[in-house]
Amino acid sequence: MTAMLETVHLYKSFGALQVTDDVSITVEEGEVHALIGPNGAGKTTLIGQLTGELRPDAGHIRFDGRDITGLATADRARLGLARSFQITSIFPSFTAEGNVSLAVQATEKHSFRFWRPAETLERLHRPARQLLRQLGIVERADTVAGGMAHGEHRQLEIAMALATNPRMLLLDEPMAGLGSEESQAMLELLARLKGQYSILLIEHDMDVVFSLADRISVLVNGRVIASGDGEAIRNDPQVRIAYLGEDDEFGEADA
Amino acid sequence: MTLSRRSILYLVLLALALAVPLLGNTYYTRFATQIAMYGMAALAVDLLLGYVGLITFGQAAFVGVGAYVTGMLTVAGVHDALIVWPAAILGAVAFALIIGALSLRTEGFQFIMVTLAFAQMVYYIAQSLRSYGGDNGFTIPRRNTLAGMSLANHTVFYYVVLALLVIVMVVAARLVKSEFGMVIRGRRDNERRLAAIGFPPFRYKYAAFLIAAGVAGLAGALMANHARFVSPAILSWQVSGQLLAMVILGSAGTLMGPIFGAAIYLVFQQVLSDYTDHWMIFFGPLIVARVLFVKEGLWGMLVRALGAQEIRAPRRPVATDRGAAE
Amino acid sequence: MTLALFIEQVFNGIQFGLMLFLMAVGVTLVFGIMRVINLAHGSLFMVGGYFMIAAFDATHSYVLAVPLALAGVVVVAAVLEILVLRPLYSRGHLDQVLATFGLTMFFNEAVVVIWGRVPLNLAIPPLLAGHIEIFPGVSYPVYRLAITGAAILCGALLYLVIRFTRLGALIRAGSDKREIVEALGINIGLLYTAVFGLGAALAGLAGMMTGPLLSVESGMGDPILILTLVVIVIGGSGSVRGALVGALLVGVFDTFSRVMLPRLFGLSAGSALVGMAVYVLMAVVLVFSRTGLFAAHRG
Repeated sequence: MTAMLETVHLYKSFGALQVTDDVSITVEEGEVHALIGPNGAGKTTLIGQLTGELRPDAGHIRFDGRDITGLATADRARLGLARSFQITSIFPSFTAEGNVSLAVQATEKHSFRFWRPAETLERLHRPARQLLRQLGIVERADTVAGGMAHGEHRQLEIAMALATNPRMLLLDEPMAGLGSEESQAMLELLARLKGQYSILLIEHDMDVVFSLADRISVLVNGRVIASGDGEAIRNDPQVRIAYLGEDDEFGEADA
Repeated sequence: MTLSRRSILYLVLLALALAVPLLGNTYYTRFATQIAMYGMAALAVDLLLGYVGLITFGQAAFVGVGAYVTGMLTVAGVHDALIVWPAAILGAVAFALIIGALSLRTEGFQFIMVTLAFAQMVYYIAQSLRSYGGDNGFTIPRRNTLAGMSLANHTVFYYVVLALLVIVMVVAARLVKSEFGMVIRGRRDNERRLAAIGFPPFRYKYAAFLIAAGVAGLAGALMANHARFVSPAILSWQVSGQLLAMVILGSAGTLMGPIFGAAIYLVFQQVLSDYTDHWMIFFGPLIVARVLFVKEGLWGMLVRALGAQEIRAPRRPVATDRGAAE
Repeated sequence: MTLALFIEQVFNGIQFGLMLFLMAVGVTLVFGIMRVINLAHGSLFMVGGYFMIAAFDATHSYVLAVPLALAGVVVVAAVLEILVLRPLYSRGHLDQVLATFGLTMFFNEAVVVIWGRVPLNLAIPPLLAGHIEIFPGVSYPVYRLAITGAAILCGALLYLVIRFTRLGALIRAGSDKREIVEALGINIGLLYTAVFGLGAALAGLAGMMTGPLLSVESGMGDPILILTLVVIVIGGSGSVRGALVGALLVGVFDTFSRVMLPRLFGLSAGSALVGMAVYVLMAVVLVFSRTGLFAAHRG
């Protein structure tokens, strides 16, 4: 069975530093695969290679059976690989609805249309409002995105990823910087998404990881040192040592 | 029909513009024509600067190509503006096809330097055209005719230029609100995100670059007609800098701003140079001061002062989809 | 093309390239460390030429005029840095480009106010006048050799400073990790002024040395600035090594194209091509590497 996403012996180094060291992981269709690891483990670099912003030194990336290693970021997105950013990356001068509409617009074959005002196009705005409603921020639809609160930004990130009609989501620390109530809401949202999309989830929040993930892989110093379901990872001594640096109870990572 | 304050402001400005020839002095008419033409060129720069987010120091190249194509064709015996002016636009776009393909691969500092360098290249090419006067340029025996109508009369020419400016502004206004406009504005805000949602940034930047070059080329064609003279000076990097200055003096990211900025720039230049030959010694620091101390362009200030901001109407859900076909 | 002519042009190209290198170092360091685009660098070149003439007129001695003129350039640069550059460090590229553009307008007119529009000439120092036989049958101006030597000396000194002094370490650190330098409590303002002053001194020096070869006039720095920017595009912004390689490439390429192209293509086509030559080179480099040959990691 072809996995939705597959990396095959991925390598990447910056100078003398090997940041991605023979990483071969898969994300099966419909599963939530969480990627955890201490800071500096190379998660960001790996995401960069998956999205096409960085080119691996060696190895391949396959999406739905198709080799995308050389494909540009936008092309991967159009194939159905959507991403949310760890550090909020939206269009600050657009309204919330404008942000999501633009993402909807990206699914069109092209945007070389120069006359009709985009604001009047219901085919863009109706799905956008619907997504905002689903994410609970529809009352902020007309707020300029740059002025929204951090928690709302995180939701907007997800909304934009969903708006492109993806088949797979790369979620880079969706919980980053959220308060407890907002975290709960985000967790519920992610739970709803589970099963509808294949998800590669990067997260530090262990509660989220263990409650959502079907599989967990642990990345340390660029290598995957363990991969399996929650129980297996929890009990893996290598993980405890490598992750925490000492033989300690597997607690939450620092904020 | 109630008009928004913004619309009233536009109408007032249009009325003022139309009224200039009524002052009876061709000097004012010619000056207003200059403002309109430079305003058009500055608008092209603002399209890239304020909407796409690209700082280009090479727009003078396209203005100059438009001017040279116009001059060369006219001197060769082609007089009809309906042939010459589109040719000028096409000439500018042709250059933009090459320059854009190379410069848009770069970003930030590099992009500024590369656009400046390529514009300089066009300047040197123009200087080397011995049969067109080289560094001294050449005169055009008479202005183009527009569908048989002579443009020798300054007032007639002014109204033609004004009409073209209004058309360009209307088209630009639709452009920046259209789906294409949303993509390039998204690019200005966050190119990385734009790519991440599935828009390949290059082709949209490239298209905007070509459009801006075409508008600049038209402005150049008009300038050549106005002065009946074309020389490499129109291609100098100083002109590129002037256009940028006009945009920020007026307000970047608006359509009226560049026109306003052109007016301010040219008026200041005129007033100062009446006062002293060495007006640049004051003008330079004036630009520096504007950059360092003033946050906003004059058009933005005026709009705020009059309370004439564009009201962002909250979206009302519309029951039916108007249809996807364009 | 005879061998003699070839050798002469190679030397000319290297000499020109080294002048461009002196200019490029200033611009690339200022960009690499302070992230500021300084279009007024060409003005410092021009001011160097004018100050040299003024200093020579006042002292009638080249030996005195050089340090005097250099000091003048550094003073001008310091004032510029404090008044105009400092506020720009935190601003975007557009503000920097426009503000420094305004400065070039000011300087171009200021020299006219002080010295008039007529181009001025600076005579070659008598000690360095005349020709010398560098190869059998190839006679070359002593002065050009002298300034080439001076530029090489500057380059060597620069290398030593960057490699082995504390300032140099700060410069290297500054261009890589600004935050660390600040965290170390080093007065970053002073560092920036020093870097700017260094770049300005090199530009002024280039202007002073080139003065006797060209005529000194308003706007003489502008074409030099453009070529300097081409050098940086080719060499990669933020890299001194790139500036050297790029400058030599541009210097030699430009010199040869000026001589060869009219011969190959006739006078009119040739001169058009000469205008394009360096930019075609730049375009080719861009096709192969969009950040230039040696770009520092963070652009």
